[in-house]
Amino acid sequence: MALAIALVIAVITVISVYVFWAHVWWLPVDVSTHGASIDHQFMMTLIMTGIVFVLAQLGLAYFVWKYRDRGDRRPAKYSHGNNALEITWTTAAFIVFVGLNLLGYRSWASMRFTPAAADALRVEVWGEQFQFYFRYPGPDGQFGPTHVNLMNDATGNALGLDRDNDPASKDDIVTATLAIPVNREVELILHSKDVGHSFYVRELRVHQDLVPGMAIPIHFTASEDALNYNGGRYEIVCTQLCGLGHYKMRAFLQVMTQEDFDKWLKQQAEEQQ
Amino acid sequence: MKIPRALWVAGMAVTLLLAGCSKKQETAEETSAVPSEQPAGGTPVDPATAGEITGKVTFNGPKPKLAVLHMDQDPVCVQKHSSPVYAEDGEVNGNGTVPNAFVYVKEGADKYTFPAPTEAVTLDQNGCLYKPHVLGIMVGQTLHIISSDPTTHNIHPLPKNNPEWNQSQAPGAPPIDKKFARPEVMIPVKCNQHPWMRAYIGVVKNPLYAVTGEDGTFTIKGVPPGDYTVEAWTATWGTQDQKVAVSPKGTATADFTFKPGAGT
Amino acid sequence: MEAHAVATHAHAAPTGFIRKYIFSLDHKVIGKQYYFLALFSVVVGILLSVLMRWHLVWPDARIPLLDKLSPTGAPGGIMTPEYYLSLLTMHGTLMVFFVLTTAPQSGFGNFLLPIQIGAEDMAFPRLNMLSFWVTFAGLVVLLSSFFVGDGPPLSGWTAYTPLSAVGSVAGPGEGTGQTLWVISIALFCVGSLLGALNFITTTLDLRTRGLTLMRLPLTCWAWFITAVLALLSFAVLFAAGVLLLLDRVGGTSFFVPAGLVVSDQRIAHSGGSPLLWQHLFWFFGHPEVYIAILPGMGITSHVLSTFSRKPIFGYRAMVYAMMAIGFLGFMVWGHHMFVSGMSPYVGFAFSVFTMAIGVPSAIKTFNWLGTLWGGKLRLNTAMLFAIGFVSLFVSGGLSGLFLAQPPVDTNLHATYFVVGHFHLVMGVAAIFGMFAGTFFWFPKMFGRMMNETLGKIHFWITFVGVYCIFMPMHFLGLEGNIRRYSRFTDVNFLVPLIPLHKFMTIAAFVTAGAQFIFLFNLFWSMFKGEKATENPWEATSLEWTVPSPPPFDNFAGRHPVVYRGPYEFSVPGAPKDYVMQDAPEPVAAH
Repeated sequence: MALAIALVIAVITVISVYVFWAHVWWLPVDVSTHGASIDHQFMMTLIMTGIVFVLAQLGLAYFVWKYRDRGDRRPAKYSHGNNALEITWTTAAFIVFVGLNLLGYRSWASMRFTPAAADALRVEVWGEQFQFYFRYPGPDGQFGPTHVNLMNDATGNALGLDRDNDPASKDDIVTATLAIPVNREVELILHSKDVGHSFYVRELRVHQDLVPGMAIPIHFTASEDALNYNGGRYEIVCTQLCGLGHYKMRAFLQVMTQEDFDKWLKQQAEEQQ
Repeated sequence: MKIPRALWVAGMAVTLLLAGCSKKQETAEETSAVPSEQPAGGTPVDPATAGEITGKVTFNGPKPKLAVLHMDQDPVCVQKHSSPVYAEDGEVNGNGTVPNAFVYVKEGADKYTFPAPTEAVTLDQNGCLYKPHVLGIMVGQTLHIISSDPTTHNIHPLPKNNPEWNQSQAPGAPPIDKKFARPEVMIPVKCNQHPWMRAYIGVVKNPLYAVTGEDGTFTIKGVPPGDYTVEAWTATWGTQDQKVAVSPKGTATADFTFKPGAGT
Repeated sequence: MEAHAVATHAHAAPTGFIRKYIFSLDHKVIGKQYYFLALFSVVVGILLSVLMRWHLVWPDARIPLLDKLSPTGAPGGIMTPEYYLSLLTMHGTLMVFFVLTTAPQSGFGNFLLPIQIGAEDMAFPRLNMLSFWVTFAGLVVLLSSFFVGDGPPLSGWTAYTPLSAVGSVAGPGEGTGQTLWVISIALFCVGSLLGALNFITTTLDLRTRGLTLMRLPLTCWAWFITAVLALLSFAVLFAAGVLLLLDRVGGTSFFVPAGLVVSDQRIAHSGGSPLLWQHLFWFFGHPEVYIAILPGMGITSHVLSTFSRKPIFGYRAMVYAMMAIGFLGFMVWGHHMFVSGMSPYVGFAFSVFTMAIGVPSAIKTFNWLGTLWGGKLRLNTAMLFAIGFVSLFVSGGLSGLFLAQPPVDTNLHATYFVVGHFHLVMGVAAIFGMFAGTFFWFPKMFGRMMNETLGKIHFWITFVGVYCIFMPMHFLGLEGNIRRYSRFTDVNFLVPLIPLHKFMTIAAFVTAGAQFIFLFNLFWSMFKGEKATENPWEATSLEWTVPSPPPFDNFAGRHPVVYRGPYEFSVPGAPKDYVMQDAPEPVAAH
């Protein structure tokens, strides 16, 4: 029994470590400029937890096997513990855990503590059950106001724009695919019409909830690599439980050269004017 | 060990109780499906004298520009269409006629009995659009919902006078049959999977209704002689009423002209 | 509440019976009532998870009988996405509230706490009875949502607003079902608050002579600290639940902002905040995971020490670690909200506290290993489950270190990585604690022994099974496999992951099936098991000084006196390898 449980724990440990080690399933490619620091922090964490995992599980397995009751007269060790040991591993655990966390500070700060550059491309993201819409401000750089009484998906005016009366809305471009230029900072402003949603592009290492009543900005830059995978086309998925269609609430992200992007935007604008 | 047994009994009792409740619920639903506002003991319509109401619905104003419906999220929908799909609400033909207007006898037919037809009205989901876009149905008549798309659809009517329901239909799932217990013009129907999808259901007390065709005309058949108020409903410009008199075996005309600015 | 009437009616004949077994004031009966309530809930919860796993990998399959259970939720037996989410919500709610919060704390705690501290009963027996029946009512209300309106709510056990607040326009089950859910949770909160008061008072006031706090079994410490957590956190959830109920039925707008358009319908509310709900919910929700796991930690410590025939390693460190977990547990709730729109600075602060809470968890793990070290391990079923607990807690706990860091969480948030993490660490580990407790205390509770052979077969299948189910979830999370999706066919990058999901589903079927072995063992042993002696495990705490099962007043009028700590095993010079807590004779070494 002791050997069996030791072996089973050891086998579980080895298989788990192998799957991580061999990248049988692994992080998707990273096509953002900030993703490397996230992946680095992930690797640091993986190595640290991997070591603790192996030591703890194999230690458990070894102890169970080694100290099984063999039916002999050896008594168990009468010990209430060891204060020096307690202090040592408490301190060690504290340094490792909190230290690891502080290492990740820079990665988080670079993503979240600084606003987007002034010349970043600004796009609004609107979520609703169960669809994403994207709004480009057009040549005037202004997003026109949205009117809840005009919001109507069936007429194609999901965002409730009044193009006839609001000058800022006139040139706004609303799409269901998010096209962005490569190598240029993009600032997304996230809105939700109804319930909570989330904007997640795993290859961009971008993940942010859409909260009704809030306009949440996030910014990122798609790296040169972004054009090389899958024709620059990635899936944007909702990760916040939003109702029955949650499982297929997704849109596509198309990364383009600046030239293609300008062309695409012009074509969209013509279709909508 | 009697405690668990006691608990089991309690558990069983709860289950039975709840099962009882659920059954009651179902029967309640069925009885409510029987038309409740059908006037009792009315006169049956004599087909020998029945006439008809015909006419067309037009829009007098600048032709609205229809927006393109973005179906990008579901490739199944995109594949079903080779050209851009435009919104159907607010559609106006070149000559000003309006398709998909719902025209029905609003007042004047209450003294007649109209048994709900046994055949169902079919609502198809095809190309991630509802076919038809606008439909009429009698109180108590079966609405038969089918899907021609290999994707999961959802049917979510948003009524004011009838109970709201919301049900998904996977490919291969059986058709959904529903009835409406109370008259209501119009009940918008939305697909929560594909938010652009919209149908309007006019639930009426009598079969004296029609939906304007592609050419903007309509004909309501089997109208017993008498004076009526006829209403035309459009998704974009609201409703208009008109009084018509139908003579025995006669044809009354009711043309409706909508103007911009009006509407709901 | 009609159910009571029926139940009592059925047993009306012997008038003494109702007071004895239904509306009993005896903590031992109430403990068993809680235990069986949790057992019933866990059976339903597992059944729901099996249906969910089935649908996830064969989404177009016709599941037999499902259309009988819910004609609209599964027309023709094919589960709709909304019904999947309803099952998901009910699975989470049943498991978190009516299993993980109920069995380890209210079940075992009620039965054992008074006996382990040498008391006749809990401090407030009537409150104790009330707390059980309020909890029972909560369960009835929750389950009734299966049978009314559009079925159970689909907003998950976290019931994020505004999805849970705006009514049926947001989806099926968001009408009556969601209202019943809120009422059920509010009832559960009341039951838990009453229970927590009782546990705290009992621990502080009713300890027998000589039983100082530092001589309490670690189980009692765990129940005590858990009760403090429950008192502070359920009060907040209760308030949040009432506010949500008011938003739903009273027209208030605590959690709903202005200008919402749901399904093209304008929502009349204005002025509320969705983030407020998240803060209130997780202020409860995170302590809640410690409420679920702390009693399991106590049971594991107790069982490991007993069957290692060794004193627990670092008793004081274990107590301080539990206190630290309890204290820090109230300062980490924001780690559920790194991508919620909360300030990133606040997020970072929460992250530091979250990493810090890993320290006491690590201390506990080290001390468990220290307890095994140099022991003389008796590997019976209870011990196997305690060892399994340690292994699962390590695996699940470590994956928490990824999620605790905002940058790493960016890609793992709301993926199966999270699902794997919390199922291992608070779900399965806590359930292993319950299994260990069941095998350990069954003799005391029912006066008979459970079958060891069946117990071990059950352990092996379950232990390997849960690793096969929940470890791969971490791999799926790396790939960005989002949770709470009812099928994986509609997002391109999820499709290649379906084969791994199939493996997990099969593992889930086998593991769920193996639980019948446990159920059979439990009920069979209750009637046919070998008669238990007073102290079959040669354990030291006070419950093993009374007959199995104990008499109505536990100590038959006797007031035990405690002379030492609870884990005096293998004391050099002692005649046996264990010394009872109430043994007055001096022993050679201490």
